[in-house]
Amino acid sequence: MRNVDVCIIGGGPAGLAAALSARKEGIENILILERETFLGGILNQCIHNGFGLHTFKEELTGPEYAARYVQMVEEASIPVLLDTMVIDISKDKVVTAISPQAGLIQIQAISIVLAMGCRERPRGALNIPGFRPSGIYSAGTAQRYVNIEGFLPGKEVVILGSGDIGLIMARRMTLEGAHVLMVCEILPFSGGLKRNIVQCLDDFNIPLRLSHTITKIHGKYRVEGVTVQQVSLDKTPIAGTEEFVACDTILLSVGLIPENELSRKAGLKIHTTTQGPLVNDRFETSIPGVFACGNVLHVHDLVDWVSQEAEFAGQFAAQFVKLGSQISRLLPIVCGYGIRYTVPTTLCIDSMKTLTTVRFRVTDVFKDYYLDVFVGQVRVSHQKKRIVAPGEMESILFKKHWLDSKTEDEEITILLQKE
Amino acid sequence: MFDVLIIGGGVIGCSVAKYLSEYQLKIGLLEKASDVCELTSKANSGIVHSGIDAHPGSLKATLNLQGNQMMESFCKELDVPFIRNGSLILCFEESDYPDLLRLYDQGVKNEVPGIKILNQEELLQLEPNLNPHVYAGILAPSGGIVDPFKLTLMQAEVASTNGVSFFLQTTVFYIQKKQDYFQVETSKGVFQAKLIVNAAGIYADEFNNQVSNHILKIIPRKGEYCLFDKQVGSLVKHTIFQLPTPLGKGVVVTPTTDGNLLLGPTAYDILDKEDISTTVEGLKFVVEKGKKTIKEVPMSFVITAFAGLRATEANGDFILGESQDVPNFFNAAGMESPGLSAAPAIGVYLGNQITTKLRAKKKDHFVTRNKSVVDFDKLSLTEKARYIENDHDFGQIVCRCELVTLAQIKEAIHRPLGATTIDGIKRRTRAGSGRCQGGFCSPRILDILSKELHKDPKEIAKSSEQSTYLVGLDKELL
Ligand SMILES: Cc1cc2nc3c(=O)[nH]c(=O)nc-3n(C[C@H](O)[C@H](O)[C@H](O)COP(=O)(O)OP(=O)(O)OC[C@H]3O[C@@H](n4cnc5c(N)ncnc54)[C@H](O)[C@@H]3O)c2cc1C
Ligand SMILES: Cc1cc2nc3c(=O)[nH]c(=O)nc-3n(C[C@H](O)[C@H](O)[C@H](O)COP(=O)(O)OP(=O)(O)OC[C@H]3O[C@@H](n4cnc5c(N)ncnc54)[C@H](O)[C@@H]3O)c2cc1C
Repeated sequence: MRNVDVCIIGGGPAGLAAALSARKEGIENILILERETFLGGILNQCIHNGFGLHTFKEELTGPEYAARYVQMVEEASIPVLLDTMVIDISKDKVVTAISPQAGLIQIQAISIVLAMGCRERPRGALNIPGFRPSGIYSAGTAQRYVNIEGFLPGKEVVILGSGDIGLIMARRMTLEGAHVLMVCEILPFSGGLKRNIVQCLDDFNIPLRLSHTITKIHGKYRVEGVTVQQVSLDKTPIAGTEEFVACDTILLSVGLIPENELSRKAGLKIHTTTQGPLVNDRFETSIPGVFACGNVLHVHDLVDWVSQEAEFAGQFAAQFVKLGSQISRLLPIVCGYGIRYTVPTTLCIDSMKTLTTVRFRVTDVFKDYYLDVFVGQVRVSHQKKRIVAPGEMESILFKKHWLDSKTEDEEITILLQKE
Repeated sequence: MFDVLIIGGGVIGCSVAKYLSEYQLKIGLLEKASDVCELTSKANSGIVHSGIDAHPGSLKATLNLQGNQMMESFCKELDVPFIRNGSLILCFEESDYPDLLRLYDQGVKNEVPGIKILNQEELLQLEPNLNPHVYAGILAPSGGIVDPFKLTLMQAEVASTNGVSFFLQTTVFYIQKKQDYFQVETSKGVFQAKLIVNAAGIYADEFNNQVSNHILKIIPRKGEYCLFDKQVGSLVKHTIFQLPTPLGKGVVVTPTTDGNLLLGPTAYDILDKEDISTTVEGLKFVVEKGKKTIKEVPMSFVITAFAGLRATEANGDFILGESQDVPNFFNAAGMESPGLSAAPAIGVYLGNQITTKLRAKKKDHFVTRNKSVVDFDKLSLTEKARYIENDHDFGQIVCRCELVTLAQIKEAIHRPLGATTIDGIKRRTRAGSGRCQGGFCSPRILDILSKELHKDPKEIAKSSEQSTYLVGLDKELL
């Protein structure tokens, strides 16, 4: 069995940033395990630009953004095992992986950083009735076919879901010679970034059908069309609004799910909303010494936030190696009105940083609300928010002194209020 | 000239083929799909029924019981996953209790072993996630679950190894009775045979009616399902029925042999034999009914939905054996439930009649055993290490949800009757049947299929030839 101080699972942007910051903290014995034959994660298939505005203050493509981190990891001579898939993590932090060349490997780690990313929600999760022909792809699968393999998976395309990946694929499919008929979105607003709606749909005259969904898939062998239907606010299809749209391809961009099979097997507590592990302000999960960051923790819209978050996770993982657990009294963060989830879900009264970023998503579109933070009965922050939407991750800088002289039986509440 | 031509590569056609393959006969099997197990045999509940609810004295009752008894050793020989997890049949109102007792009596008449009436407390002890308002139930310990794909495939492979010729993508159009043989017109030309086995599932009536005056009419009765992620696969241990209705056994909640949770089916008659689509109403119905059986239906864990068609014939029983007015024309028609459970017994039942009729002798050499593609996921760590050492392709994970390796995909392609489609790989290895439903692995499998079969990637299909994935290269259409 190999001994490693910080073992990083997944070599996407999260894993790479975590490795770099652990090294900065002085940890020599680091190992990154990546199942693909290259580093960089899902960014490798995101060949559009718009990455890195925050991190590098310039617009990069996904592969370019990844390449910068890969280069830094190489310069720091951090060991990497590629083509190596982790199949098990035990409670006592033994990592089991397999690879064609090295066979079965076991690693005893002091700290583990989970950075496995996420996967796409399949059609089944939507339960769209109809046939099960070929021609139905998750947007990421189509992205892989087009951007990595060089194949076009369809000609006449309807996209379901207006998240960023759906929007980006609408443009990509068009550029590669397909005809994108429409993007349907069940909600009355798009889940994607505004700039993507303009640059990926408006610029190509692709209609965005808000409050519409696909209610039936036609075609026994290959998709022959879809029934598109308007929905009411509670997402139920409105009778009489059915419209048949002939197409041979459906792209589903209906959400991402953190890839936490390993975490579940290891017995980590999982957040029912994010489907990522529950973490405290040190990105430490319910098993001391196991940290999580990036899309495995919660789904991010921007890779820049992934890198930022992972840097902290790497730092805390390194501190765990040097000092052991730093966790003592934890205060829970409660989601009040309008708040869907927060990451972290607990803050450590004693060891938290003077400033800690708490990320969250809201449940709906809210205009002109105040974001309030309470500790116990005391309001410690009151910020005006002109507009917040579920599609864009929000954050608040939490100040350690807000917790001065607080005890464990109090709780922190974050909520939206009109006043 | 064939001695025997079997029409249909479902579980029934393949069971008969396997049985007959041990005899000195020239046998062909005609199947219109690109693989065996592409119709009803792939879309059912996968339950090996105890035989409690079949009408006493019917073929269904007899063959169900025989099939159930044979299943364990049969599956062991063929390396087919089978679990005798026991079935429960529940009633929820005191007023339904007499019906439950009647069913129990019928079970006794059918000689179903070990059945017991359980009260609420006993039921909840066995299955803590049941609806706490359950009133009473029957436990049938002999009930089980089987992998319906493997039950069909493993038999087909044995038959193929023993010399049965499988003609896939071969649609039978018309059967004509000649003097002492049958002429069979197909999409791949004309075949001739001394004896026909009509195992065409929902289409069996058409072929019967082409040659016989005893007209059959098969009405497709649709059954829709929701399949759930393995994470909730152990919500129940038993296969759980509600009291049967005139239309069928009602909505079942059951684990599958792969460890998923299955909920369904609906039961309603339709007109179109090609209509295996799922519907809003159907899916809603199974969920509603499921809520009666278990405390909570874990909707956020649904990974897919599907539908199958029961071959319902007015007569109500299996129609098995030689046609009354057409010698050497054997029917396996009206094979609705418990067709899967009875399949091994039906192979023997029909096979026996046929070998007697043809006075066929056993071959000197034939195989009876089969070994499935190895299930890497289930190997111990040391075994995994050994497998990878011997073949590096075992170290290459292709389907990450089900942990299926490159070595398994390649083996599935190169076995007897190997996979040629994405669905074919899925049924042989489970690659693509996990929670991401092929999102991650299907491009990879497509690539492997195209390389191993030396085919253009554009030709690789999901199942039938028309169900291809790729339309061209990037920018090719511009
Ligand atoms: C399809 C898609 C399109 C996107 N488009 C944009 C965009 O336009 N702009 C933007 O800013 N962001 C975009 N994102 C988001 C951005 O790419 C992600 O936020 C970022 O890549 C997440 O980084 P990560 O390291 O957490 O995950 P990933 O990049 O997914 O990396 C996870 C890595 O872990 C590896 N791994 C997983 N499990 C194992 C295991 N068991 N063993 C070994 N290795 C394992 C994976 O192979 C992968 O390399 C997109 C995301 C997706 C999925
Ligand atoms: C919803 C549902 C649930 C069920 N649940 C259970 C259960 O839990 N337990 C149980 O015991 N039984 C169950 N059954 C019954 C069981 O699935 C069937 O009895 C069994 O699969 C029938 O097998 P088969 O070979 O007769 O039919 P099929 O599998 O349909 O095979 C017939 C084959 O004939 C081929 N064919 C048709 N026409 C032509 C043609 N013109 N030319 C060439 N080939 C042709 C088809 O392509 C097909 O492959 C269920 C059935 C349904 C529909």
